[in-house]
Amino acid sequence: MNYVKYRKLKNSIFHGIIFCVTLIGIVILAILLIDIIRRGIPFLTKTFFTNFPSRFPNKAGILPGIVGSVNIILLTIAFAVPVGLGTAVYLEEYAKNNRLTKFIKINISNLSGTPSIVYGLLGLAVFVRVMGLGKSILSGALTMSLVVLPIVIVSSQEAIKAVPQYLRHGSYALGATKWQTIRKIVIPAALPGIFTGVILSVSRALGESAPLLMVGAATYVSKLPDSVFSVFTALPLQIYYWMGLPKEDFKDLAAAGIIVLLAILLTTNAITIVLRNKYQRSVE
Amino acid sequence: MTQSANAAQDRKAAGNRIRRMKLSNTVARNILFLFASITILTTLGIIISLLRDSIGFFAEVPIKDFLLGRVWTPLFNDPQFGVLPLVSGTVLITFVSGLISIPIGLFTAIYLSEYANRKVRKVIKPILEVLAGIPSIVFGYFALTAITPFLKNIIPQTEIFNALSASIAVGVMTIPLVSSLSEDALRAVPDSLRQGALALGSTKMETSLKVVVPAAISGISASFVLAISRAIGETMIVTIAAGARPNLTFNPLQSVQTMTSFIVQASQGDNPHGTVGYYSLFAVGLLLFLITLGLNVFSHHMVDKYRKEY
Repeated sequence: MNYVKYRKLKNSIFHGIIFCVTLIGIVILAILLIDIIRRGIPFLTKTFFTNFPSRFPNKAGILPGIVGSVNIILLTIAFAVPVGLGTAVYLEEYAKNNRLTKFIKINISNLSGTPSIVYGLLGLAVFVRVMGLGKSILSGALTMSLVVLPIVIVSSQEAIKAVPQYLRHGSYALGATKWQTIRKIVIPAALPGIFTGVILSVSRALGESAPLLMVGAATYVSKLPDSVFSVFTALPLQIYYWMGLPKEDFKDLAAAGIIVLLAILLTTNAITIVLRNKYQRSVE
Repeated sequence: MTQSANAAQDRKAAGNRIRRMKLSNTVARNILFLFASITILTTLGIIISLLRDSIGFFAEVPIKDFLLGRVWTPLFNDPQFGVLPLVSGTVLITFVSGLISIPIGLFTAIYLSEYANRKVRKVIKPILEVLAGIPSIVFGYFALTAITPFLKNIIPQTEIFNALSASIAVGVMTIPLVSSLSEDALRAVPDSLRQGALALGSTKMETSLKVVVPAAISGISASFVLAISRAIGETMIVTIAAGARPNLTFNPLQSVQTMTSFIVQASQGDNPHGTVGYYSLFAVGLLLFLITLGLNVFSHHMVDKYRKEY
């Protein structure tokens, strides 16, 4: 009987320990957010959003970072979504179950585990040098689309897999070809899941800095880009630049930049969660 | 007469339409295949561009000196390219961050999958997803401006840039990776196993640790390997918080340089195209790519080999 009590006590202690351990991640997240908000809020003025970086912390702004990030993300989506969705459709609907298909699938999962800085080296060697695009928005966006491509592919695949077979069978029975079925039945039904993947890749592209640094994104830009061949900066790089300056005020400025970055990311995350809840219900 | 001519015309038109439909199906299939092959081209592009520029490097520096050399001074007048200090920096950061992410992630997963009720899970899981979505640059900032001063308070000989602070940030960043993948693995274990253990009089703790965790071990270890691979490739946190001194040490209070932070540092400097310094970027990149590729392949292999079908 004593032994049973001892085992039950051990179980309770274990329960307590793993609950506290679970809280560690949450507590650190809370400290991180509070610390950043406390430091950054005083610098979040109207001019912070409309000014260029400056030697004077209270005049410095994040406008080029925001414009650069928006440009990069729009182009990245324009490249990565058609290719990623197309790949997913091919793999789920057309591809035969042979060695080539298996190889493509393994390759995609390896690509998703490749560090983003390696994509940066690829971008530097291929887009900047061989293709001669230089240190431009286009080089950055092409590199970034390769970074997010596995995310788009995998989430589109999941979405396509979740479309029930009877919808396809109904379409075939009416005489539709595979392509017509995909276009008019499968993709519309999978759209919420595909959209979730797109948003996930937007938030990844927004937070990534290493590949952009590699293709020569500037950390200090004094005019807005006028074409896809312009020099550019991005939100996280602007933050990185301020972080590296010795003056303590610039570190607070970096915190203000982080607040902007996190606000955008949390908004996109919230959209994903809402969409997923809606989507899960409609499938059930 | 005209009626049958009309019917023939209709049939012909319908036949044409069907042919067109089939043609567009074939065209679509081929275009989609081209899209799918872009993923293979990407891998080929990575391998070719890393190899091509590494060859320039290894023409000047023997592979043996690169892999076994203990001094990394690419910017000196008499540069030495022994990669071991960068490797030791990477290993140190990866090891210490693993000491944080692996136990915390696994315990979190056990709690969420075996102990927490639905309500608690519904609160904790989205918070962990937020943690997972925070960019590494933010963790880098946190390491530099919060963790390092905190460490300096406790241990005064901590350097301003140090491996420990970066490792803690990398560890925290990878907690959600370990916890979500391990939780998936734990939840995939069928309830019949748990019920069997409980029916034999086991406590929940004994059931979790002696039955459920061993049954899910392939997925759990795959999550560990992925966390390690992520820590090896992590760039911004170490660039910001760990410093830039190639340092063959396992003292986490000192400044170190990792493979990734060297790549960033060298790409920001003015290493003219065609010099050994420029090529060294790609040689280190190649080593990094091979290591993470090996780990990824290993983790898939493990999942395949030890996956049990229930």
